[in-house]
Amino acid sequence: MAGSIVFWAAAGANRGWTKTHIPIKTVDAVTGLEGIQWQAEFVPGVDFLGAALLGAGVLAGISLFVPRKSKQPKMETK
Amino acid sequence: MKTKLAILALIGVTGIVFAAPQTFDFKDPKGINNAGFKLDAPLEAINGNASGVSGTVTFDPENPGATKGKIVVATGSLMLPNPMQKQHMLSDKWLDVAKFPEICFESKEFKNVKTTGDTTMADVTGTFTLKGVSKELTVPVKLTYLKDKLGERVPNQKGDLLVVRASFTIKRGDFNINPGQYEDKVSDTIEITLSIAGASPN
Repeated sequence: MAGSIVFWAAAGANRGWTKTHIPIKTVDAVTGLEGIQWQAEFVPGVDFLGAALLGAGVLAGISLFVPRKSKQPKMETK
Repeated sequence: MKTKLAILALIGVTGIVFAAPQTFDFKDPKGINNAGFKLDAPLEAINGNASGVSGTVTFDPENPGATKGKIVVATGSLMLPNPMQKQHMLSDKWLDVAKFPEICFESKEFKNVKTTGDTTMADVTGTFTLKGVSKELTVPVKLTYLKDKLGERVPNQKGDLLVVRASFTIKRGDFNINPGQYEDKVSDTIEITLSIAGASPN
């Protein structure tokens, strides 16, 4: 859970939807026009964070129903 | 000799006085030409652009008010940063790219034409077609005529450039794009920005 929050925050804490492409602005020196080139880059959004937190919550819930392995003291045999 | 010079001079003068309108092709080899779109709904903002721009404009530097042309944007070139949003936008639920592969604007009339140097400002009335629906729109445009600048942009080519800039808004409901629906997430108002340059080789 903490890992997904750290990953989302480190990637820019994008509060929109997850992006797989980001726009890179380029300016044409002759015309002065501003063009957009799309660069492939994964930027996790709130949907990614929500899914990660939900997944972590489900795993935590499942773990409650898994029986613990109890450590039994070894019996000494003579 | 004198006759030849006289003929050449006559041709030159005729060329200056009766300069023909030039046709500019907006298929951009540099991939800079683009149409941006922005939707700002209460719950969601959508920003994207389209790079598949083509079309021609006939422009006469001596008479910018007579400019005519048609600019076409390939619907399939519309791009959004989120792949699922893009898929939805191009699907039959929204723009239906398979059925309506082009968005276009064809000019009919230039009004309020003001030219200063190589720059012309005008209000262009024309037909905007989106998702098969055509509406008449009046759009403020800025034309910049760059004489002999094509060679600086495209090596080994001589000619002129025409830069067209325009910003206007449309209502998606007017073009049968889910009218009245999902307006909290997908704004009815779409801001469109056109930044394109056309080439007229000599």
